[in-house]
Amino acid sequence: MLSFNSSNIISKTKTISRRMFLISSIKTVVLLGIFGRLASLQINESSKYKSLADKNRFRESKIAPPRGIIEDYFGNEIASNTKIYQLHITPETAPDIDALLFRLKNVLNLSNQKIVLLKKKIAKRKSWDTTIVSDNLTWSEFSRVNLFLHELQGAQPVVSVARYYKDNNSAHAIGYVSEISPNDLKTKKYLKNLNIEGVEIGKTGLESSLDEQMLGSPGFLRYEVNAYGKKIKQVATDLGTKGKTFRTTLDKNIQKISAEALEKVSGAVCVMDISNGDVISMVSSPNFNPNSFVHGVNKDEWRGLTENIDKPMLNKALSGLYPPGSTIKTLTALSALENDIMNPQQLIECKGYIDLHGERFHCWKKKGHGVLSMRNAIKRSCDVYFYEVARKLGIDRLSKTAKQFGLGQKALTNFKEEKAGTVPNTKWKLNEIGKNWYIGETLHSGIGQGYFLSTPIQLCLMVAQIANGGFKIKPRMLVDRNNETNNLQKYLDYKQKNPNDLNSIEQQIFNFGLEPLFRNQENINFVKEAMFAASNEAGGTSYRSRHSDKKFMFAGKTGSSQIKRFTEAQREAEVKQKDITYLERDHAWFVAYAPVQDPKYAISVLVEHGGSGSSAAAPLAKKIIKKVIERHETRTAQTNQQLGKNI
Amino acid sequence: MLTRRLHSPFALKDKFFDLDFTLLFSILLLGVISIFAQYSSSGGQFDYHSKSHAIRFIVFFFFFLSISFINIRFWNDYSLLIFILLILLLVAVKFYGVQSQGSRRWINLFIFNLQPSELMKVGIILFLSNYYHKISSSDVNKFKYLFYPLVALLVPFMLVVSQPDLGTALLILISGVVITWLSGVKWRIFAYLTGLFIILAPIAISFLKPYQKNRILTFLNPDADPLGAGYQIIQSKIAIGSGGLFGKGFLNGSQSYLNFLPEKHTDFIFTLYSEEFGFVGSVFMVFLYFLITFRITQIGNITRSIFGKLYCYGFATAFFVYVAVNMSMVLGLLPIVGAPLPILSYGGSSMLAMMFGLGIVMSCNVYKNNAVG
Repeated sequence: MLSFNSSNIISKTKTISRRMFLISSIKTVVLLGIFGRLASLQINESSKYKSLADKNRFRESKIAPPRGIIEDYFGNEIASNTKIYQLHITPETAPDIDALLFRLKNVLNLSNQKIVLLKKKIAKRKSWDTTIVSDNLTWSEFSRVNLFLHELQGAQPVVSVARYYKDNNSAHAIGYVSEISPNDLKTKKYLKNLNIEGVEIGKTGLESSLDEQMLGSPGFLRYEVNAYGKKIKQVATDLGTKGKTFRTTLDKNIQKISAEALEKVSGAVCVMDISNGDVISMVSSPNFNPNSFVHGVNKDEWRGLTENIDKPMLNKALSGLYPPGSTIKTLTALSALENDIMNPQQLIECKGYIDLHGERFHCWKKKGHGVLSMRNAIKRSCDVYFYEVARKLGIDRLSKTAKQFGLGQKALTNFKEEKAGTVPNTKWKLNEIGKNWYIGETLHSGIGQGYFLSTPIQLCLMVAQIANGGFKIKPRMLVDRNNETNNLQKYLDYKQKNPNDLNSIEQQIFNFGLEPLFRNQENINFVKEAMFAASNEAGGTSYRSRHSDKKFMFAGKTGSSQIKRFTEAQREAEVKQKDITYLERDHAWFVAYAPVQDPKYAISVLVEHGGSGSSAAAPLAKKIIKKVIERHETRTAQTNQQLGKNI
Repeated sequence: MLTRRLHSPFALKDKFFDLDFTLLFSILLLGVISIFAQYSSSGGQFDYHSKSHAIRFIVFFFFFLSISFINIRFWNDYSLLIFILLILLLVAVKFYGVQSQGSRRWINLFIFNLQPSELMKVGIILFLSNYYHKISSSDVNKFKYLFYPLVALLVPFMLVVSQPDLGTALLILISGVVITWLSGVKWRIFAYLTGLFIILAPIAISFLKPYQKNRILTFLNPDADPLGAGYQIIQSKIAIGSGGLFGKGFLNGSQSYLNFLPEKHTDFIFTLYSEEFGFVGSVFMVFLYFLITFRITQIGNITRSIFGKLYCYGFATAFFVYVAVNMSMVLGLLPIVGAPLPILSYGGSSMLAMMFGLGIVMSCNVYKNNAVG
């Protein structure tokens, strides 16, 4: 057996070795073949291929695809494209590049500095790459170039497209585009094939988050050239694909009104549809001109923008963090009712302050409000009442309700610049600050001061979710054509038509597939009613800004976020907000829903250093609400039209 | 004697010196050159291809080293299992594969997309080496014993052809045929099968995708359609030829930068290298590949087991074929079939397969005196 096995191995080995020898011989022959081919190409015929390479008959240039459009809800273009005139040069086609630049300098009145920059840029790149001399020529410059074209060999006048924004109203929401920076190339993989001279990419807002889809795919132009690089014949063209167009939920008309309302102040406005979270308006002020960035912002303008104390580049609606102030009292009250801490009839006396563990907590009204029920405390925004509510409620329960209603987390998904804000509680303080919570902080939190930080969009969402009867909505700024069913709207319509429906609320929630945020809807209704009182009954904080016409009637809550606490001396002297320096004045808030009878929209208005909510923010909200309600029917018609298309 | 060596505390150290350092350093050198070539293919940027290529090479190089220390007996015992696993993966690609540019070749493993057909290039060699190791030399030409290898060759071939990926399928077929031939299958049988193939070829061609037919036709006359498929061959020849004796220098290959070669980081990486480093650089590269093939053959010569011998000879030949096919392709000697250049080309699965295959070769060297089951 063993002998058989070993003889078997020996015979196998013999065959294998013999045949492998044959293979190795074949390999040697193939190897010689490859050597021969290499030698023939690279030594014998090298000069032929070198000259072929020098005047390689084909050149290819990439074509930047037109960027996708951003529309408002009605299809009006917010960010569009416009025709521009450019001048490109291709060094290899110019007999003398220095002479060409010198000639161009005279024709276009270019500065010496610009010429030096261009020379540097050209030196860094391959001789067949095009370099843009000027990316936005005026018509007269463009025609002058065309006139002298015979002297400008190597330069090509080009008609191209670039981003254009009709107005500045949506500058923050939409964002702006600008040229690709080295950092963008590192962080954004999708730019690899799009690194074409003259392509602009989104830097902020929707322009940034939708960038990849809006860029489209580049085309190319392949052409035959002669030995001097001059184009002889075009052989293939692919114009590329245009970027995707997006429809937003914004309304251009309301954007305009909001921007006008904020014209003289620094602040932000958000308007939201309470049934589906559609952001109808989002404006931050002061704004900037996004068109300035398309062709490179100039130094002075940039310095003006960055050094302005009102921070024009910041989208305050999403990234501005402010204590919510008294607007949070809606949630403090709601949380106390939902947790059965208080009943709405409970009376508390306000003497203008309360003392707790040796510390004095003041009401904004020095003389005090007297004896108040919860409804009146919201209506007149009494601080002492809510110190007491907060003390009984405790910070952890308040923070739970606040988070439920959308505070402390990003409201939208499309903005990388959006901030989440802070909803403090005992655990948060221990983790973030490393100290224990103390009761005085609960009192400050109960009136929205202290650690609380929120953005205007969050407060808008909060009011929207109160106004719609306490149901969760997901704010959005992009229309999703595949997902337009709106159960909450159906529920609200049904309720409006059948106010005496005998089905229990649980049954209705189930029927319409809703996501409630409450335990007892009566509590939500109580808060809504108290907000109504605050705006529409004498003595309410925003009574002076009310609409008496039922169609526009709104219910709102004022607020102010403290920048600097008053000293006892200032309090004694009854110093007014307008008497202190601008940067120390409180931020003014106003949040509201409208119309009162059949709520449709929620709004939040922030005026930085505006003083009080009732005098600085509420009047702006009044103007905007009127326009929003006036536009309601048009918007509904548009919604139905879109739904019709889907069906 | 043997068991004592295995259990001695110096075992791993001893084995380390059993590695074939000529082979090891050749692979390392090739890897370093490949990273530079990828750097050039990305236009002098590290971020795109060269970074992931470098990471892959380092990871797979350690993978290669660790395989070297696994006893060759293990690979013999598990070759059938590995082969079946790869067949299953190929079937899975058919149903769950990731589609890209009209062909379904990859399977999504969450960390990366694996191309099982690349691994099959090694799998078929493993399986057939094991098969012919087991059967007696007198049985090799019996019909029963011819049937299994034929099935083992045709199943992966058909699966890969239908992806469609003609290039890889042909390379798998060649690797397998080499092993069967080495094992002593008679000339006559190959002649019969080739005859049958020629008769069936017109039917097979009717199943080819139009672009594949085009490539074969283009090869026969590349100048007929200078902007279609022949375009790549012409551009590749211009790039290589214009490189001259010493090349245009690193990062200075004008033809490659003009983007005439759509796959310059994968199949046409040699074109780019050759343009930049000229005849001298190309000859050096060919020599390096030949050295690797030569060392693998040498390891086959000194390995005692039939499995080891067949595997090393088979892999050496397959490796040589990959190199020869790719180079002939870019030099305009063969039609463009989509075959990567081992280690130099960008692509994780191809690199994984090559390093896996080389690891087993190294294991043959480390355990050259071991008998195999």
